[in-house]
Amino acid sequence: MKYLTEYRNAEVVHEYLDELHRTTTRPWTIMEICGGQTHSLVKNGILDLLPKLITMVHGPGCPVCVTPLGIIDEAIYLAENEGVILCSFGDMLRVPGSKKSLLEAKAKGADVRILYSPLEAVKLAQEHPEKQVVFFAVGFETTAPANALSVVQAKMLGVKNYSILASHVLVPPAMEAILGDPENVIDAFLAAGHVCTIMGTEEYFPVVEKYQVPIVITGFEPVDLLQGILMAVRQLEKGEANLENQYARVVQREGNLLAQQTIGQVFEVADRDWRGIGTIPMSGYEVNESYAEFDARRRFHLHLQAVEENKECIAGSIMKGLKKPFDCPNFGTKCTPEHPLGAPMVSSEGACAAYFHFARAAEPV
Amino acid sequence: MCLAIPGKITAITAQLDETFRVGKVSFGGIHKEVNLSMVPTAQVGDYVLVHVGVAISVVDEAEAQKTFEYIQQLGELADLGEETQQPNPKTGKR
Ligand code: SF4
Repeated sequence: MKYLTEYRNAEVVHEYLDELHRTTTRPWTIMEICGGQTHSLVKNGILDLLPKLITMVHGPGCPVCVTPLGIIDEAIYLAENEGVILCSFGDMLRVPGSKKSLLEAKAKGADVRILYSPLEAVKLAQEHPEKQVVFFAVGFETTAPANALSVVQAKMLGVKNYSILASHVLVPPAMEAILGDPENVIDAFLAAGHVCTIMGTEEYFPVVEKYQVPIVITGFEPVDLLQGILMAVRQLEKGEANLENQYARVVQREGNLLAQQTIGQVFEVADRDWRGIGTIPMSGYEVNESYAEFDARRRFHLHLQAVEENKECIAGSIMKGLKKPFDCPNFGTKCTPEHPLGAPMVSSEGACAAYFHFARAAEPV
Repeated sequence: MCLAIPGKITAITAQLDETFRVGKVSFGGIHKEVNLSMVPTAQVGDYVLVHVGVAISVVDEAEAQKTFEYIQQLGELADLGEETQQPNPKTGKR
């Protein structure tokens, strides 16, 4: 398919790899923020082909992984409510809550539906006026416009039985939290191309300035990732710290203004708890006052409970780039996709799942 | 979840108001209904990047080409001896 196959071309991949081997003279640790990129790197075997001096670590860009246990419990509580149809992206279903997962709730009779788009949930609400339809709206900036659009659409169409359970997180504050950690090991970032498609590139300048860290906005295909890594390494080798955009075919400097407008219409920025990482100031979206009636938290009077995390899961250290999945003593033994201890083992964007399914060389760092 | 894939707009199927448009997008022959509200300039034949049922960007063909030129340019620069010019003493480490 146009714009897709070219970026998987083996010849181009090798040209980039050769150039990377020529360019790299010192050890560098680079974090890709986005879990989609983690999967592409692991699945395509790129980690095994990179120069040994380059260590890729895998960031918190997996919305499923960072959704706090308490919110998963809220979703399960809603799903078990007689009059509610709870809709969610498929990824969320197998993530363990404090007692069970949404999938287990569904098996016991809760009405849980997997949807591809929040806009389908609005249709479902129109078809079932006797029910309350709740969409479990998780995601980063990329998904926020679609989730917001569903609410705008519901209001426009006068759909009264639709609401969203928002669990929205933002990339730049998470980057700052990682860089500000005294243990930080990261020399450069690959920023998530699709997040920047929405938000543009400008919000990364202050991070580059403050921490003198190269940031390269990068796409998701093998050629994209290798070009992004090469751009980062070239900067590092020269001692530079700039913001570069590898993914210019999709990402514009100002981002998608209409999408930003839609986000601003429905959401407001608020402090957020990140599973495994902790609270990061001003790092998420909540439904604002003018769309209060579409906020499941207000509609069902939910009060987020702090829930104790499973101490055996080291997902927090992995997402901060301090550990790799192979460093977890439970990896592949007590924790597998069938019996996960933590979210990164079940999410299609989780680093542990990527290593479990695809990693060939067991190379503990 | 940030998965977004490019597809080609094959038809505009509904226009509720000025910006609210829905279209058919082909992903390698598989057709899906896609909301086009966020890409008001997109026309039939354009490639758009689609995420959870919403088109979030129009793919820029000229920019797409540059990824394949970048590596060639690096090669040509190397031939011109760019790599041998003044090595930077900074380590790049913070
Ligand atoms: S392997 Fe399982 S327990 Fe270990 S960090 Fe990953 S999700 Fe957590």
